[in-house]
Amino acid sequence: MGRYVIRRLLQMIPVFIGTTFLIFVMVHALGDPVNALFGDRAPDPAVAEKIREQYNLNDPLWLQYLKYMGKLFRWDFGTTFSGQSVTSLLATAFPTTLKLTAVAFTIEVIFGIGLGLLSGLRRGRVADNSVLILTLVVISIPTFVTGYVLQYLVGVKWGAAPATVGDQVTLDRLILPGVVLASVSLAYVARLTRTTVVENVRADYVRTAVAKGLPRRRVVVNHLLRNSLIPVVTFLGTDLGALMGGALVTERIFNIHGVGYYLYQGIVRQNSNTVVGFVTILVIIYLAANLLVDLLYAVLDPRIRYA
Amino acid sequence: MSSSMTTGVSSRKADPRGSGTGVEDAPLLQVRDLHVEFRTRDGVARAVNGVDYSVRAGETIAILGESGSGKSVTAQAVMGILDSPPGFVTGGEILFKGRDLLKLGQDERRKIRGSQLAMIFQDALSSLNPVHSVGYQLGEMFRVHRDASRKEAKARAVELMDRVRIPAAKERVNDYPHQFSGGMRQRIMIAMALALEPDLIIADEPTTALDVTVQAQVMELLAELQAEYNMGLILITHDLGVVADVADKIAVMYAGRIVETAPVHELYARPAHPYTRGLLDSIPRLDQKGQELYAIKGLPPNLLRIPKGCAFNPRCPRAQEICRQEVPKLFQVTEDDGTELAGRGSACFFWKETLHDA
Repeated sequence: MGRYVIRRLLQMIPVFIGTTFLIFVMVHALGDPVNALFGDRAPDPAVAEKIREQYNLNDPLWLQYLKYMGKLFRWDFGTTFSGQSVTSLLATAFPTTLKLTAVAFTIEVIFGIGLGLLSGLRRGRVADNSVLILTLVVISIPTFVTGYVLQYLVGVKWGAAPATVGDQVTLDRLILPGVVLASVSLAYVARLTRTTVVENVRADYVRTAVAKGLPRRRVVVNHLLRNSLIPVVTFLGTDLGALMGGALVTERIFNIHGVGYYLYQGIVRQNSNTVVGFVTILVIIYLAANLLVDLLYAVLDPRIRYA
Repeated sequence: MSSSMTTGVSSRKADPRGSGTGVEDAPLLQVRDLHVEFRTRDGVARAVNGVDYSVRAGETIAILGESGSGKSVTAQAVMGILDSPPGFVTGGEILFKGRDLLKLGQDERRKIRGSQLAMIFQDALSSLNPVHSVGYQLGEMFRVHRDASRKEAKARAVELMDRVRIPAAKERVNDYPHQFSGGMRQRIMIAMALALEPDLIIADEPTTALDVTVQAQVMELLAELQAEYNMGLILITHDLGVVADVADKIAVMYAGRIVETAPVHELYARPAHPYTRGLLDSIPRLDQKGQELYAIKGLPPNLLRIPKGCAFNPRCPRAQEICRQEVPKLFQVTEDDGTELAGRGSACFFWKETLHDA
């Protein structure tokens, strides 16, 4: 197990370098950041030159990358063109997104697995069909539509929950965006859980559990669900990474100053340090989440052994 | 902790149930005129059509039949683990220690399952939960039925594994099913069924998935434990070889009915039903080496369309007009001089002829 983890961590190094370099190249391919900084006006050549010098923009791309990575290992993510340190941006953005993700993920896990289990156990009946239709609807409607509609209905018309989040990132303000962010993944989790439950409900070992005279609750939770969750956990793990970085639409609708919000600003302003910095952290989160899922897999299914 | 926890697994239960009134003599389990059907999209499949049999304490009855003859479905109905829907018990009685199981509530039946009535399944690998250790799965019996603590349950599991002769039980109690060999896994299934010293065990093809050498060991173990605990045993099988050594009596099933019952050696020596005859004739024998192997012609009937009259008539070499019209009841089989042969019955209009041909 320990050796496996070390090997996986070592494997992460080339993946990390590859992805960060790729994003570095892509951000620079967007065009000259200095021109973008000045917008429509032509920049003063002297000022432009100074900025270029300051941000190493005159160096070849690979050297820029090396210099950037060198600083990164000293936990220096550089500064934005407006002089703010990217580290401080990260420090405000990530806790916010983390809270939103936590809310969304909790909703996704509880309702996704719950609905999937209900639906799988009542296969072919009203509850099952309702869940199938409802999840299909949720999957087919784009997030910004559900987002704006719920924001208007729940937040404005009925006033049941705060319509925007803004600077006060409190739990009650995060529930509505949490639901919106979770909705599509929730639908996938419910469908996936349903499928695996239906597959396992007639399994021999479930029949054995019934024949042992176990109470239904124990049969369902300890035997049926425990086995059915193995593929669901894989999905949840990768989705955790996606939720962290992909809350762009939801964060904009509900005015949440999280990762998606700053990343969007960074791309619009061609602020390479911001974009690369945020993406770097996201890559690390993704890799960690993936490793965690693989390790969890071995915990959930003893037939899988890592050596 | 209940008092029964203090008696070791290896010690025999002290109190005989229903003492005094001669209830001892009454069968442990009596299945009467049991009917089970499966309501499928294509129609109603009549899987069990009026089955009667009984088992006494310490007795082994073998239920013999091809796939789809209703032998497993009968067992599932007795256990109360029929997949419902589509399966429904539509008639009959299942008397277990004098009580009709079909009239009990769900929770009462659940409490009987595992503690008084246990089942061993065919494929131990798929019948054991792959994600729980065998110790956990064995211990569950004590945790649920006896309110044992985790520690106690684990200790009991080790005892049980010792009991079914799994080497190094203490070290292996935390292993998972896939880490055991086929024979060892089936031993664990047996241990699980034995855990609470039930009165009756139903073994549904317990050795079908095993090597021949291991088959013998497992059957031996099962027979030995059965004798020790004085349990009733219902052995469901399609393997005539397995039956001969362990069973006291045999019931042969065909298309959801019992077509012949007999004490085990009499059945082999002198079958009284053409179907049984066909089964015995299709066993390969050394003295027939080189000759073509006998097979009963045709296929078992589709349970959605069981033939009119005797269900076996389309495949039967003796079939007459009456066989196509009337369903034969289970006739008492007698010798030529009219003396009844105890425990023998045949659902064939021509049982006499069949008996004497042998």
